[in-house]
Amino acid sequence: MAATYENPTEYINHHLSFFTQPVGPGGFWTVNVDTLLTSAVIGVLTFGFLWLVTRKAKAGVPSRTQAFVELAVDFVNEQVKSIYNGSSRMVAPIALTTFVLVLVMNAMDFLPIDVVATGLHAAGFDKYRFVPTADVNTTFALALSVFGLMIFYSIKVKGLGGWIHELFCSPFGSNPILWPFNLLFNLVEYVSKPLSHSLRLFGNMYAGELIFLLIGMWAATGIVGTIFGAVLDLGWSIFHILIVALQAYIFMMLTVVYIAMAHEHH
Amino acid sequence: MNINLTMLMQAVGFGLFIWFTAKFIWPPLTRAVETRQKQIADGLAAGEQGRQNLASAEKRIADMIAEARAKAGEIVATGEKFRSETMDQAKVEARAEGDRIIAAAKAEIQQELARAKEQLRNQVADLAVAGASRILKREVSAKDHAELLAAIRSEL
Repeated sequence: MAATYENPTEYINHHLSFFTQPVGPGGFWTVNVDTLLTSAVIGVLTFGFLWLVTRKAKAGVPSRTQAFVELAVDFVNEQVKSIYNGSSRMVAPIALTTFVLVLVMNAMDFLPIDVVATGLHAAGFDKYRFVPTADVNTTFALALSVFGLMIFYSIKVKGLGGWIHELFCSPFGSNPILWPFNLLFNLVEYVSKPLSHSLRLFGNMYAGELIFLLIGMWAATGIVGTIFGAVLDLGWSIFHILIVALQAYIFMMLTVVYIAMAHEHH
Repeated sequence: MNINLTMLMQAVGFGLFIWFTAKFIWPPLTRAVETRQKQIADGLAAGEQGRQNLASAEKRIADMIAEARAKAGEIVATGEKFRSETMDQAKVEARAEGDRIIAAAKAEIQQELARAKEQLRNQVADLAVAGASRILKREVSAKDHAELLAAIRSEL
């Protein structure tokens, strides 16, 4: 496959290009069709599956599928309970959605990149990236949504005045001389939270994809290189199972932690 | 690394998924889990209750057996007592009856003896009269000598 490319740079560039569709003037008014389509399809499939299981859920002896879903729900519920002590009943469903969505989007990385690319190419998609979380748009969308929830819960719990008071009066104290420092400190915190939240996931998934591509380039060096590349690919895939699950877990935990922190009074 | 409209659309999609989960997936599943937990807890409690019932029933049975045994012993003792009492009474009665029979027999013997003596006395008197008649070679008139005969009879 790599043989059809002029050089490795072109191979990697091609695989890391989005299927974009401009919808208006300027760089912002562009849609990454691949990211949107993939995440929408697997999101609908996954949550549709969960919904089907839920519809048949009963309190008696659960079926294997129901037990599996309950395991995930219980796992998320336990994590949320151990961190979040507030009264909102929305936090646990938010955590479950985040975990499941990030997990399945990350899991797209398990698909063999060149095989899928060849298939999509045959179907008419020249450029298509099928790991939505390796698109910074997705991770920022999730992180900024969580950021919005953070602000929402902060204001909901402390009131608008309480929240603004906290912006100026914590963590150093309420002396007016300290107000600018407090505000600066809080702003740094508020900026760093969604940045680190989203870039951690993006970086992991993007690097994972890149390493798959680098391993894939062994296929250009002949039959021995292809076999060697396949072994490396297997190793990285197995290791990637850990990364995919771990990053989804971390993303969920940070979501809960940020929301829980928003509830705290200083 | 281009931020574009995709981000907003993804955020909207994320929001929709959260809404869907919170409305349709989370409540029924957690309800099912909680209901099952309650059922299991109830079942365990019922099992514990059953075990306690069994223990108390066993205790009650043991009590009943002990009571029945005590009652049976009591009945046997009463029977024993009654038997010995009846036997003693029977012995006393038998002895009394025996004594009575003996006394009656003795009385009868006494009577019999007296009658025999009387008879013997009459016969002796008759013999004496007959002997005397033979000696005197004449009739002794019983009528004439009644006084004498009576005197002899009373002397015998």
